[in-house]
Amino acid sequence: MTTLFIPRDSAARSVGADEVAVRLAALLPGSTIVRTGSRGAMWLEPLVEVDTPGGRRGYGQVTPDDAESVAAAISAGTGHALEVGLVDDLPWLADQHRLLFARSGLADPLDADAYVALGGLRALRAASAMDPLEVVAAVEASGLRGRGGAGFPAGIKWRTVAAAEADRKYVCINADEGDSGTFADRLLMEGDPFALIEGAAIAGLAVGATQGYAYIRSEYPDAVATMRDAVAEARDRGWLGPSVLGSGRGFDLAVRVGAGSYVCGEETAMLESLEGRRGMVRAKPPIPALAGLHGRPTLVHNVLTLASVVSILGDGADAYAALGRDRSRGTQVFQLAGNIARGGIVELPFGPTLRELVEGYGGGTRSGRPVRAVQLGGPLGAYLPASRLDVAMDYESVAEAGGMLGHGGIVVFDDTVDMAEQARFAMEFCAEESCGKCTPCRIGAVRGVEVVDRLRAGDDPDGDRAVLLDLCEVMRDGSLCAMGGLTPQPVLSALEHFGEDFIPRTAVGA
Amino acid sequence: MLMAFQEIQAEFGYVPDGAIAAVAEALNVSRADAYGVLTFYSDLRTQPPRPVSVRICMGEACQAVGARDLLAAVQGLDSARCEVAHVYCVGNCALGPSAVVDGRLIGRASAETVHRLAGGPS
Repeated sequence: MTTLFIPRDSAARSVGADEVAVRLAALLPGSTIVRTGSRGAMWLEPLVEVDTPGGRRGYGQVTPDDAESVAAAISAGTGHALEVGLVDDLPWLADQHRLLFARSGLADPLDADAYVALGGLRALRAASAMDPLEVVAAVEASGLRGRGGAGFPAGIKWRTVAAAEADRKYVCINADEGDSGTFADRLLMEGDPFALIEGAAIAGLAVGATQGYAYIRSEYPDAVATMRDAVAEARDRGWLGPSVLGSGRGFDLAVRVGAGSYVCGEETAMLESLEGRRGMVRAKPPIPALAGLHGRPTLVHNVLTLASVVSILGDGADAYAALGRDRSRGTQVFQLAGNIARGGIVELPFGPTLRELVEGYGGGTRSGRPVRAVQLGGPLGAYLPASRLDVAMDYESVAEAGGMLGHGGIVVFDDTVDMAEQARFAMEFCAEESCGKCTPCRIGAVRGVEVVDRLRAGDDPDGDRAVLLDLCEVMRDGSLCAMGGLTPQPVLSALEHFGEDFIPRTAVGA
Repeated sequence: MLMAFQEIQAEFGYVPDGAIAAVAEALNVSRADAYGVLTFYSDLRTQPPRPVSVRICMGEACQAVGARDLLAAVQGLDSARCEVAHVYCVGNCALGPSAVVDGRLIGRASAETVHRLAGGPS
């Protein structure tokens, strides 16, 4: 009997995985079809895998129309134009160093037995038998930094929350992954949800929190559904609940859904939203680690940060810290997006060059035209020109090159992009998504759109340029959070590296 | 408050007029606070939804592969029957441009595909 593996990930479904699965099931009666998470090779989706004695053989970009010929090839054991060989041997996957995404794509993401068989739960078993402060020490020793964008050392947060005295403490999973060009959180929640639950439970036991919340954006309905099912299953198995793995210590998790607000990805706005109010940013201090959700000490972490804890406790902090370079330890999940030939998830120890990612793994642009600009770190990240592709991808090196690693998103643009339009969009986006609490962000973004428009009209280029620079300085230094504070990054980087786009076409022609 | 409005919308498809007072009363907050929450979140709507919904992703990754042109090309669908709007990022950034037609996510979307799926009986 043949076993086929076809992703149920929403990206794979967006290009026809469901129809392919239905057709193959009809064409290959008697075969078993397992709907898995995605391997993260989005460029190959829908990727159909067939179990063979030598390993899983893959067929890439299978459309519903291809189902018949693929089914015939599978039955007869003959070759097919869409065949990509053994999936584990694909250089694109084999050359990666996967910790977070080691399991996604291998099994049904809601099959808890498969999760354990693939190495899951070792970390929670270990952590539940350890002294909580030992767990905190392991996270410190690993050098793990927050993967949500700011890169704050996780160990410091854990120690702060663990040391805080309170009647209740919380763990909040920030799954409000709103940055364009990033989809690793979604992929993990849809492909390996138990890893996130395990990481959250370890965090809860370590810092003394009894309740956790996963705040997932509403644009990710499949991730919400998968997480809800996984949480229910974990509760049934005693991985969550009043006595986690029989340790006598309790931790439970609830899923909450956002409502279409980008700024709710900012940690204090997320806490406001979790409490049911407008997602308005809070002034810090007090920091959430001391006074977070409902005023209690709260450990707030991005999805990938918490899921990384599973590797750290499962395989040792030393092994984790041995990966990466300088102050960027462990692996980073780079997400190749936009105009890219081979887009998807590339997980590697920190430090590959942007060129290796964009040209090597990514294969250049999808359009075949030259790369002109790359935006790193989401809508608030800087645009880098093609001449800066040799930057090493770790927190400090990217910052030195004038960029921001952020959540690891890499959005590629070809030479048809109008960078003045992108700069205008950055301001427009900020104007639409600003929470409105602080003036530089709320009003600055609106004025920013106007100034970029005037600059492009070209009536007073020097004057408008000076106003724009001044405005960006006020927003950067005067905003309460990263929304207004970082919006100048894409604007100023576009102006610096692509100044010619801001000159009116008529003036160029004159 | 947010969850209350989300549940009301899940039930009715939108948040009707009387809901603000009811939510304010039930949760012991002012009507102004309830109104503030309702108007903050772009998902919450105060008008009944039209039968067909088309949302085009306008995240930078989709802009890099023609989302602006796609949005312009499907704008004509906007009518009493069909609502065309933009959304910022649906997490399908390697397979853009992305569209969501009646909750169904479409990758590498073309204007033809969106037209076909949104066409339906009127």
